[in-house]
Amino acid sequence: MSYSDKVVDHYNNPRNVGTLDKTAGNVGTGLVGAPECGDVMRLQIRVNPETQVIEEAKFKTFGCGSAIASSSLATEWIQGRTVEDALRIKNTDIVKELSLPPVKIHCSVLAEDAIRAAIGDWKKKNVAAEIAAPETTIAQ
Amino acid sequence: MSTASRRVEVRAGVSLPIYMDNHATSPLDPRVLEAMMPFFTTRFGNAASRNHSFGWEAEQAVETAREQIAKLIGAAAKEIIFTSGATESDNLAIKGIAEMYRERGNHIITQVTEHKAVLDTCKRLEKYGYRVTYLPVKADGRIDIEDLNRAMDDKTILVSVMAANNEIGVLQPIREIGKICHEKGVLFHTDAVQIIGKAPFNVIADNVDVASISAHKIYGPKGVGALYVRRRNPRVQIAAQIDGGGHERGMRSGTLNVPGIVGLGKACEIAMQEMETEAAYLRGLRDRMKEKLEASLDYIHVNGSMEHRLPGNLNVSFVYVEGESLLMGINDVAVSSGSACTSATLEPSYVLKALGLGDDVAHSSIRFGLGRFNTQAEVDYVADKVIDVVQKLRELSPLYEMVKDGIDLTKIQWQAH
Repeated sequence: MSYSDKVVDHYNNPRNVGTLDKTAGNVGTGLVGAPECGDVMRLQIRVNPETQVIEEAKFKTFGCGSAIASSSLATEWIQGRTVEDALRIKNTDIVKELSLPPVKIHCSVLAEDAIRAAIGDWKKKNVAAEIAAPETTIAQ
Repeated sequence: MSTASRRVEVRAGVSLPIYMDNHATSPLDPRVLEAMMPFFTTRFGNAASRNHSFGWEAEQAVETAREQIAKLIGAAAKEIIFTSGATESDNLAIKGIAEMYRERGNHIITQVTEHKAVLDTCKRLEKYGYRVTYLPVKADGRIDIEDLNRAMDDKTILVSVMAANNEIGVLQPIREIGKICHEKGVLFHTDAVQIIGKAPFNVIADNVDVASISAHKIYGPKGVGALYVRRRNPRVQIAAQIDGGGHERGMRSGTLNVPGIVGLGKACEIAMQEMETEAAYLRGLRDRMKEKLEASLDYIHVNGSMEHRLPGNLNVSFVYVEGESLLMGINDVAVSSGSACTSATLEPSYVLKALGLGDDVAHSSIRFGLGRFNTQAEVDYVADKVIDVVQKLRELSPLYEMVKDGIDLTKIQWQAH
């Protein structure tokens, strides 16, 4: 299997690797995939409660090079966006940016799922905290 | 990235890329090439041409090769049939026996970690009305002899169990298997591809009736193999699967690949002379690799028995690191992985799963296949590189972090997709 230069670059220099405090109220954590399937992504976001902007995103991924690159790219893309804007990222955008072959499309799907799961977790915490907040659809 | 044809020296005695995948294929030994060369050029005769010197010369070379192969495995020259390789040998042995002994019975016994050349052949025979029992293996990769005993019935005509496994290098108890087969009057075929020239193998002592052999795993050329077919006690009969001019005692028609056969013979001759010292050398390298990895990394798991194992094989799971991502980090080293991502089927290795390993551990496995031309300097380089990449990938691994935090991964509800 040969990889695109962008996949190789993310693999060699993964962006935003790390861990945020998952118990913090302004942090959302998404853990998707399964060890048996050969890929697990954990994507975390820290959201500004005033602006709803994702100020920090971190990831850790167990998976192939394309899975690592997809999640690394996802953190890069969502940082600085509002949560609503981040939800507009589609797996096909990731496929295009990284030139993923068909057999690796599931890696991009997983990255999209990870974004949605992290935002969903953050919303759940904040909807519970602010009962007055309007009902929003929680992804997935 | 370096290519195999242009090697670059990076450290004293180490040029990249490094080839460490000798179970897949092995480089041609220069001595083998030298023996083969004349049979491509001046001595090009057809070994079946009986009426001129070109044919006689080719025939003579083929007979010499037959003797060289026979000697290595304790057989007689007449018991060696040439084929295009071990896949054909496995097909010919199993289908040929199944067809020939159909009236005696329709039951075949094999085991789950066989090469696909055996498993898929058995699957096809099931479609034709044969019954096949696939014996399980224990955690160490070996079958339980009691399971074999229990599986035998009065319709059993053939047992096919490999001598050494291509992924985990585990040696099956072929001598005991052969003994049981002989007691019960059942034929015993073994895929001996990986054991030939690597560890002791003798068709008489090991009670083998039919054995598949390949040239390119023992520093010979690709596209040539052989089948040992016992002629006495018992005399094994095999129905030809390729019809034609009646070559190879009618068992395998087709003009003989004379240069290839000469190469296979020469490779066997060299193996005969050097196997003992080479095995000790490879075991030393293999153990050095294992010790270095174990000294620097936690959560590593050697797959399959270390006691009953080929000297050049090390199959290791680097738990919480996915195999393909590891290969990507060591892309100037040729090894292979049991990870699904590296296979055409997207399924993790069926061999590792048969040992009872979880898919997650199978996804994390790397097979190091050491061979004649590997050096200690290469082993040291590869071990250092693997340690470095595994440590880097574990920094990236949520699973490793969770385990280090004391989380039991089996208690988590994963979202399989």
